[in-house]
Amino acid sequence: MEDIKKKIKENELKDHIFAIIGLMSTFVGLILLFVLFVDLFIDGAPRLSYKFLTSFPSRFPDEAGILSALVGTFLVMLVTAFAAIPLGVGAGIYLEEYARKNWLTNILEINISNLAGVPSIIYGLLALGLFVYFFRLGESILTGGLALALLILPIVIMSTREAIRAIPNSIREASYALGATKWQTVQWHILPYSIGGILTGIIIGLSRAIGETAPIITVGALTFIAFLPTSPFSSDFPFLSFKWLLDPFTVLPIQMFNWVSRPQKEFHLNAAAAGIILMVMTLIMNALAIYIRYRFRKKIKW
Amino acid sequence: MLKKKIKENIIETSLFLCAIFSIFITVSIVIVLSYESFGFFKKIPIIEFLTGTEWTPLFAEPKFGILPLVTGTLLITFIALLVALPVGLITAVYLSEYAPHKFRETVKPMLELLEAVPTVVYGYFALLFLTPILQKIIPDLAGFNALSPGIIIGIMIIPYVSSVSEDAMRAVPMHIREGSYAMGATKFQTAFKVIIPAAFSGIAAAFIMGISRAIGETMVVAIAAGMMPNFTANPFEPIQTLTAYIVQVSLGDVPHGTIEYQTIFAAGITLFFMTLILNIIGYWLKKRIRELY
Amino acid sequence: MIEKSIKTLKAESKSLNFFYGTLHALKNVSMPLEINKVTALIGPSGCGKTTFLRCFNRMHDLYPHNRYEGEIILYPDTINILSPSVDPIEVRMRISMVFQKPNPFPKSIYENVAYGLKVRGIRNKKTLDEKVEKSLRGAALWDEVKDRLNNSAFDLSGGQQQRLCIARALATDPEILLFDEPTSALDPIATSKIEELIIELKKRVTILIVTHNMQQAARISDWTGFMMLGELIEFDKTDKLFTAPAEKLTEDYITGRFG
Repeated sequence: MEDIKKKIKENELKDHIFAIIGLMSTFVGLILLFVLFVDLFIDGAPRLSYKFLTSFPSRFPDEAGILSALVGTFLVMLVTAFAAIPLGVGAGIYLEEYARKNWLTNILEINISNLAGVPSIIYGLLALGLFVYFFRLGESILTGGLALALLILPIVIMSTREAIRAIPNSIREASYALGATKWQTVQWHILPYSIGGILTGIIIGLSRAIGETAPIITVGALTFIAFLPTSPFSSDFPFLSFKWLLDPFTVLPIQMFNWVSRPQKEFHLNAAAAGIILMVMTLIMNALAIYIRYRFRKKIKW
Repeated sequence: MLKKKIKENIIETSLFLCAIFSIFITVSIVIVLSYESFGFFKKIPIIEFLTGTEWTPLFAEPKFGILPLVTGTLLITFIALLVALPVGLITAVYLSEYAPHKFRETVKPMLELLEAVPTVVYGYFALLFLTPILQKIIPDLAGFNALSPGIIIGIMIIPYVSSVSEDAMRAVPMHIREGSYAMGATKFQTAFKVIIPAAFSGIAAAFIMGISRAIGETMVVAIAAGMMPNFTANPFEPIQTLTAYIVQVSLGDVPHGTIEYQTIFAAGITLFFMTLILNIIGYWLKKRIRELY
Repeated sequence: MIEKSIKTLKAESKSLNFFYGTLHALKNVSMPLEINKVTALIGPSGCGKTTFLRCFNRMHDLYPHNRYEGEIILYPDTINILSPSVDPIEVRMRISMVFQKPNPFPKSIYENVAYGLKVRGIRNKKTLDEKVEKSLRGAALWDEVKDRLNNSAFDLSGGQQQRLCIARALATDPEILLFDEPTSALDPIATSKIEELIIELKKRVTILIVTHNMQQAARISDWTGFMMLGELIEFDKTDKLFTAPAEKLTEDYITGRFG
């Protein structure tokens, strides 16, 4: 009996030790994230100013800014969102509500899960071969935006499916029993009840796209752009112009990469400042996504 | 009624086209990569490509052996796994078996933030924060090296490894846990002797997909590992990975159709197949655990 | 004999067989539904009564590998609603259904009731208002919810939710109303309210109800069918079936010898 008691003590001790190790390892990443942010902030905060946001890149670190990168990021995201949202949500709806269980659906599923794991730089090579040279779209905003749209498509599809799957089948049956068609059911029930989850996925996808550098480098985004794309508004009828889609561009992560890769310390400070902006943007988007998910979960409890 | 039917059919067809588009992406990837690397392999024998230990395509006397890039990639991956696997697995066990519900629900979204940070920011951190610290501990560590980006990539993929492993462990039904507790086992014993073996294929999926992520990671290595295709296993030296090579060439002005241009597709197809195989194994293992319980 | 005592038919199934893939779930079921009467289906669980009920509004069409054989004729137009040439959506517009567990949409009370009308393309606010009120009154829910029509249906109690689902089904003036064990998830008080409602409703709509509760069938129905292993064992006037069943199996079941 004494032996067993001793053994139990020993087991419980191991248990407690592991609980501490587990808690520590859970926080390793988060602590690092915190250190990273502080480090970035200490280096970059002094460079942050209105002038930094509104200046073009320059050979002189003190005068350089991120105006063209900010505008580029915004426009590229616009293209990405326009392409990825309808395609991704549409595919998600099809797979959950329309697709029959057959070999084609199976292939679609394996394919999407595989696409989610394809390294981002491969999407860059795809865009280089397909958009830049085959469709002759050039090293343009359109090419960059489409490359990122392909990259985040699996994220949008998978989160759409997950959100739709949370809706109990009894709701679908109730709608069909009243004589609703498939699309009426999707339009009035499936989409409204899953919109929280879908939005969460879209925002997370876009936040991933904002930070992506590799595929944009591959399609040949320039690192030094001291001008803005053509304005989307024109003074003549129809007052909207899409010429900007084919303009060359740079984006924030590329600007940061460019500054990090330079040997001069001063440029590293610029990189840190750009990094702060980039981090703040992605963190805000992720916080927003978490908040939306939380709100919708509270609103609809099945 | 007929009008309604036509509308329904149009909608269904458009949604179907959206779904089929994903196949188009995969097919395009394969075609683009094969087409461009085909031009490469017409000039360079595939044996030389796969067994050569020197990769100097941009030199006056170019050599096209992919091995230095592959070993560079594997070295980075190995270092990343040394960090991510233990920490990710322990985190998963802790969150799945020990942590109270509320704690888990708060911590998990925070862990996801680690994945949200742009990789270029991690690159900055590896080069300008971690490397100088490591140099104080290891005096002969080069300014560009494999160690520092490897560690950072490891930390980046922790949340991925931990969340997939945790899902697998939580899929193990409660009665299996209760069976172990009823014998007087502690949480620790239950976790390591019962839950981990029961969730093995899911955990293996997490590891394999973690490896795939590390192999494909680009910016951290492009920034902090140097751009030196060294055929070495020494983590203190600068190296180059497949991904970083593609970045290096893309940054320069390489004309379409030249052999330099084609090399990035040859490197790309190597990378694509490495990750494809891992992803398929991972998908299969993940599916297995779903079918098991 | 039975056919004679039925004055007007609303519908009848003729040699109905149903298959879930290879599973033969309904075997040659022939059963009439008398107009403006309540017909109940009883039998042990898994006997096929819900499967039979769901044939009436083609719910089985929603899932793959399901197959009907035989006919369900709807009167007075004498169409076979199982025929592939008949649109299931049209069938569901004429034959509504109330489910086992209350399944309101996570929308307002008003939106829930108006839904079936909107599906039919009715957009006129005045018509919608009138219909919603009429249906909620019909489902004996109006007085409880008239001041909070814009509240979420999820705020209602289980019994109220089920009556809301009945109002939702009533709003489109269905010819037949199908009930799939509508009180199995409710407490006794809510159950008796629903039962009173069903008796009230048969004045204007034909009702087919599946129940696991024999007393309920005895209390509310005019006709009762007893099913076992996919077959209709016996069908008769409710008082007759419960007091003097013709079949030994029926007698064993209603006296509680198995079940």
